[in-house]
Amino acid sequence: MIPEIGHFSLILALLVALILGSVPIIGAARGNAVWMELARPAARAQFFLIATAFICLAYTFASKDYSVGYVASNSNSKLPLQFRIAAVWGGHEGSLLLWAMILSIWTVAVSVFSKHLPDDMRARILGVMGLISVGFLLFMLVVSNPFERLIPAALDGRDLNPLLQDPGMIFHPPMLYMGYVGFSVAFAFAIAALLGGQLDSAWARWSRPWTTMAWVFLTLGIMGGSNWAYYELGWGGWWFWDAVENASFMPWLVGTALIHSLAVTEKRGSFKAWTVLLAIGAFSLSLLGTFLVRSGVLTSVHAFATDPRRGLFILVFLVVVIGGSLALFAWRAPTVGRGGKFSVISRESFLLANNVLLAVAAMSVLLGTLYPLFLDALGLGKISVGPPYFDTVFVPLMTPALFLMGIGPIARWKNATLPELAMRLRWAFAVSVATALVLPLLLGHWTPMIGLGLFLAFWIFASSVHLVRQRLAGDRATLLARMKSVPRAWWGMVIAHIGIAVFTLGVTVVKGFESEIAVRMLPGDVAHLAGYDFKFEGVQDSIGANYTASRGQLRVSKNGVERTVLSPEKRLYTVQNMPMTEAGISPALIHDLYASLGEPLEDGAWSVRIYHKPMVEWIWAGAVLMALGGLLAISDRRYRVRRKNLTEEKAVTKKSVVKKAVVKKPAAKKTVTKKVSAKV
Amino acid sequence: MKRFLLPLIIFLVMVGFLAVGLHLDPREVPSPLVGKPAPAFDLPLLDQPEKTFSPKQMLGQVWLLNVWASWCVACREEHPLLVALSKAKLVPLYGMDYKDTRAEAQQWLNEGGNPYEANAMDIDGRVGIDYGVYGVPETYVIDKSGMIVYKQIGPITEQVLSNKIMPLVERLQAQ
Repeated sequence: MIPEIGHFSLILALLVALILGSVPIIGAARGNAVWMELARPAARAQFFLIATAFICLAYTFASKDYSVGYVASNSNSKLPLQFRIAAVWGGHEGSLLLWAMILSIWTVAVSVFSKHLPDDMRARILGVMGLISVGFLLFMLVVSNPFERLIPAALDGRDLNPLLQDPGMIFHPPMLYMGYVGFSVAFAFAIAALLGGQLDSAWARWSRPWTTMAWVFLTLGIMGGSNWAYYELGWGGWWFWDAVENASFMPWLVGTALIHSLAVTEKRGSFKAWTVLLAIGAFSLSLLGTFLVRSGVLTSVHAFATDPRRGLFILVFLVVVIGGSLALFAWRAPTVGRGGKFSVISRESFLLANNVLLAVAAMSVLLGTLYPLFLDALGLGKISVGPPYFDTVFVPLMTPALFLMGIGPIARWKNATLPELAMRLRWAFAVSVATALVLPLLLGHWTPMIGLGLFLAFWIFASSVHLVRQRLAGDRATLLARMKSVPRAWWGMVIAHIGIAVFTLGVTVVKGFESEIAVRMLPGDVAHLAGYDFKFEGVQDSIGANYTASRGQLRVSKNGVERTVLSPEKRLYTVQNMPMTEAGISPALIHDLYASLGEPLEDGAWSVRIYHKPMVEWIWAGAVLMALGGLLAISDRRYRVRRKNLTEEKAVTKKSVVKKAVVKKPAAKKTVTKKVSAKV
Repeated sequence: MKRFLLPLIIFLVMVGFLAVGLHLDPREVPSPLVGKPAPAFDLPLLDQPEKTFSPKQMLGQVWLLNVWASWCVACREEHPLLVALSKAKLVPLYGMDYKDTRAEAQQWLNEGGNPYEANAMDIDGRVGIDYGVYGVPETYVIDKSGMIVYKQIGPITEQVLSNKIMPLVERLQAQ
């Protein structure tokens, strides 16, 4: 009964989505206020229905109903409750339901926080999101229904893939999807603006917090996935250039470009067409990622279940959504206009250069991911593209991008001069060059790659320090008051940039200075690595909820002083008879000590692998800082001010819609906003 | 106007490829090499660079050639199976280390065990092109006369080994 309620809710949700995707958009075209107003209740109804379906599926999992095919293939009666719930998104059908559910959450969020938008704009945005929802709900109901019954019912389930039985499974997919799907908001804003011909700086200002929010989720989602791979796969890697990782990384690169491009569009009115294209691109790449993962055109460790019929459906959907929006772009973008002029040396130029580099990086990842497929389709032979390609392409692209990051925020809008920039950044440059030359020698050895990585990391640090000092300079008021007078969005930028520096530092140091050994150890044996002694105390058997485990113990000491104990495990998941390794990790700011159990050898000996990974945690700490920066930017006063002055702002916006001349001049619009914020 | 059409055109070209790609199964690509002699090569060995390995040395024996690399995630998946296979000593297994470095490859074998009789180093991937290497790992079954009889793309699974490869090897050995 419960699965049928879920199935029925999905059908109703599809009907509501059809209404949401058509009536408000037509209403906006005809200027019919009642039709436009329908968007908000429809968005809420859709959310309610999809959430009902989602809860029904979760309940079916929790209650171990193996008469539903999807539940029987992705869980087992011995699976602990938290993983039985997380198993909702452990397979293809449930992942789609999570996708649709998160899309409906974003849709409702837009409908709640868009009271200050002009009515036609809001109707179009919600309508576009409704259309995307139609595609996904249809896909689910036609070829991937999670509620399909299994007759006769299975006695027990086939269990969730043991690789996914980890706390990471509970957080990583929802976070990642919040990011992927979150770009649908920026996409819908762009399409709505193209439809309505309202591509102005107000549009950019409205899009910015949504885009940043999605980007924050995506950053955390990718970070979580990388961290999960690090401790779960048992050999200390944190990024593999796997097709599915690339699928999440491409929207991140384009989304990062979009955030910066939106800033220019808002402040200077430039880059409008480019910004719209990036907004379309970020979401298109999210959709493409779904296609790549779910259609089976590429092999990947992440591709659990694939089906060509599904692939065809997604491909058609891609053509409609991406092809349609690019056609709309080709039609409407020429009328947008170019915005303010700027010289070759200006903040606009630096941001444009960074944008182009990020977009090219995303395209080269796309090329690397699809290249084997292209050649194969053309009958030109079969090749494989692995980390060698990505490493070769990425370093030359990211080097100038990171270098420009140091200059961009310091350069003036519109017109800056090179000699002045050089003057101001000479200390930052000197400090970073000196660090790049000296620090590696203190740590052990110098290579060009270590030097380059350290130079870029310290360049960003040092130029950020310069930037902060310059901004806080002055003798009026106290330092604290001066710090408070700087907008939070600006602090957000600084923190996110420092996050990039921390990340770069982590990657450089771990790549340059990590060490590892693989040894055969009898109980009582001691292995030595990086100045630490690892004493093996043997292996004990233990039994978990749905697995048996051999748990080893390594006592770690340095100069006779005990530091920590590592407990790597080797598990055997009994349902699928699948062995898994659980690494024993002692994480710290300076370095991680990492051990994993290999195979049992004769006479009670084990093969043990021990890794010393200096500063590896900085990689993820950098990502967390980037996300924090994003959150800080969203919490900026100017976004909240408007909400407090809701009625006032609404009046202003309405007026500006009527008097189109006002909208077209970003400068005029800006003074209005300034007046509003000045009143608070 | 033309400038703004560019993204759409690029996208449509990509869709064309994806549509064709849907009908190709990346795991079971019929190799034009099946039924043809294994392409000749003479590559230095992983552990003794001064010595070389060539398929000619294997004439008169049924043998397996496994293409792998230390950077390859899927290779880790099939590796325990290869180790078990080599312990059973039913068929000689030779490796071709593809686009890899000596140090990393050696490290990898030290960690997971070395199932190979010998490993040829295809550092620049030239020989890999002759063999139509599509994605690592790949495994070739080569008969006594040096013909490629079967090609496995992607990791060997327990099933493939016991249902396809081993029966084939036994049949060929009996010939």
